[in-house]
Amino acid sequence: MEKRVVFRSAWLPYALLAPQLAITVVFFFWPAAQAIWYSFQLQDAFGLNTQFVGFENFRILFSDANYLRSFRTTAIFSVLVAGFGLGLSLLLAVMADRVVKGALAYKTVLIWPYAVAAAVAGVLWAFIFAPSIGIVTYLLKGFGIHWNWIINGNQAMLLVVIASVWKQISYNFLFFLAGLQSIPKSLLEAAAIDGAGPARRFLTIVLPLLSPTTFFLLVVNIVYAFFDTFGVIDATTQGGPAQATQILVYKVYHDGVKSGDLGGSSAQSVILMIIVIALTAIQFRYIERKVQY
Amino acid sequence: MLRKLLPAAVAAVCAAMSPAAHAQVEIQWWHSMGGALGEQLNDLARKFNERQKDYKVVTVYKGSYPESMTAAIAAFRAGQAPHLLQVFEVGTATMMAARGAVKPVYQLMKEQNEPFDPKDYLPVVTGYYSDLKGNLLSFPFNSSTVMFYINKDAFKKAGLPPEAPKTWKQFVAAAEKLKASGQDCVYTTSWPSWMHIENFSAWHNVPIGTRQNGMGGLDTVFSINSPLHVRHVTMLGELAKKGMFTYAGRTNQGDAKFSSGECAMFSGSTGAQAGIRKSAKFDWSINFIPYHDDVAGAPQNSIIGGASLWVMTGRKPEEYKGVARFLAFLSRTEIQVQWHTGTGYVPITLASYEATRVSGFYDRDPGAALAVKQLTNKPPTENSKGLRFGNFVQGREVIEEELEAVFAGKKTAQAALNDAVRRGNEVLRRFEAANK
Repeated sequence: MEKRVVFRSAWLPYALLAPQLAITVVFFFWPAAQAIWYSFQLQDAFGLNTQFVGFENFRILFSDANYLRSFRTTAIFSVLVAGFGLGLSLLLAVMADRVVKGALAYKTVLIWPYAVAAAVAGVLWAFIFAPSIGIVTYLLKGFGIHWNWIINGNQAMLLVVIASVWKQISYNFLFFLAGLQSIPKSLLEAAAIDGAGPARRFLTIVLPLLSPTTFFLLVVNIVYAFFDTFGVIDATTQGGPAQATQILVYKVYHDGVKSGDLGGSSAQSVILMIIVIALTAIQFRYIERKVQY
Repeated sequence: MLRKLLPAAVAAVCAAMSPAAHAQVEIQWWHSMGGALGEQLNDLARKFNERQKDYKVVTVYKGSYPESMTAAIAAFRAGQAPHLLQVFEVGTATMMAARGAVKPVYQLMKEQNEPFDPKDYLPVVTGYYSDLKGNLLSFPFNSSTVMFYINKDAFKKAGLPPEAPKTWKQFVAAAEKLKASGQDCVYTTSWPSWMHIENFSAWHNVPIGTRQNGMGGLDTVFSINSPLHVRHVTMLGELAKKGMFTYAGRTNQGDAKFSSGECAMFSGSTGAQAGIRKSAKFDWSINFIPYHDDVAGAPQNSIIGGASLWVMTGRKPEEYKGVARFLAFLSRTEIQVQWHTGTGYVPITLASYEATRVSGFYDRDPGAALAVKQLTNKPPTENSKGLRFGNFVQGREVIEEELEAVFAGKKTAQAALNDAVRRGNEVLRRFEAANK
């Protein structure tokens, strides 16, 4: 038995698809094609002078130690943001799931940060950690820790990771909480009767049953760390000091918009495009198989 | 000189007013003057619009300097460039190389027969914006320079006479005393590359790059890893290590560290004065920047920062008449004085400096005159008339990144400056290749 709906009209299906296709072409394929085209060119900022240079832009990129370092920075940053983001929100969700009194208030407060724009989140944390006037800076000084992310690369990285994680926790929290609440209580109770402690119940029942949620969140968080953290970085460190927080997407913007190097910037976005396609493919082909739905 | 030009300008305006039958021509002016500076700028446009009826200058705030430059580049690519664009000093080389996109000011004024003499301006200002033949390419507008500020109260507390150190040797001696007196932040700076590389080089009459700091051609290379540069940056690195130099960031973050009383000594733009005057709860002074006294010829003169106005191409011929007339209006002495005294930018015409001096303004505000004295300390040399490096937005960042590595104790000054030269030269070569 065929369940397919068959259109008799020759043009109607295309007409129905057209708006969606038009949006995809205009907002995705066209700019992507343009980026690929520009990545083979050397242009001055005003576009008065254009030369076709083949793979020269890519060659320069891969011989540039700073570009290679940006890969490392991005990897460290994404792992930290996704790792802490998932870990902390899972912890919070598990705790929230057990709260009986005032659960609504608790949950609401945890969801709030999601409503804050990335740039605002960045500025908020930049204020709290500001080198000479920040409240945390002041407290750290009491412990003898000299806090100045303007010059200390590791501290700058810590700052953008904290701001990015904080921003994303609500989102992860919501999904984890929903996932936890859909786990049948009877399973947990049966395990408890069989003598499994809370830790064991969590590891053998909750975690496996949460894996679809975790997988989904992992994909979302890595994409978030790669692209959506732009606002946080632009509002705080702007990639500095000495490129310590310059992740790939920020460098694309920096080189293209601020430095007026369209060719080099386009070459970077082509590489970024390839990375994201590859990451997504790996995630769905390989990791998804291990996930139990 | 300007007195002679004034009647001509008035006559031109009157002549323009008589056939006031046709519609006004709009002149778009994109700028980056926010807040109080923006109000001052709008006031200039308003005055021009009131005094004649043929043209209307419309000012548009386009965000920070890099933002408005990016916006103008995008607009040019779409055939919608503004008539006038305010571009900061590090964007000068990029604009200059964009030959099809900009109309040189000297050419515009000649074509439109508007009275305009670049010799009315300070040489250190016109030098920055002229080609090698001395033709003025953009219109000098808001200029500043770097100055040295001290907190006199902190000096007294440390048992020092409340006078600014004149040399770096005296500076280090004062810094040690300040530190010993319990001063937490002894010295900070805004704009580290502008102060400690660009102005430092000019002030000591050593080149920042070959080919007259890039003014002689696109094939320039950086020379900021000279022994003098290495020595100076080494000194800064050591001061940072000993806690006598607190790094504040790449732009004007140092301003607040000084005006809040946190740091006792500070180098920053002349433009920092307004903020300091408003919020400093201590006695302070503005001074020449220190120099190394064993360098022959030092101190030379400092160089300008700030921005100039570029005329963009692609507009109708009759509109350029209005642009030329507006620039002629802006170069009038009374307008220059108004801009200088209203904003704190340095006076850029000799006549406006003189007029401001006669008015007694400098007796009330000695800092404003000091900037001019520092800029004109000696006639500018090849090393001190300015700089012109392709894509210096990026080049300056390279320098700042390497300086940060020294201040963080990660690199020696020699290694960092060598890397700055190598990486900076890559930026220059790429710019050269893109602008053949």
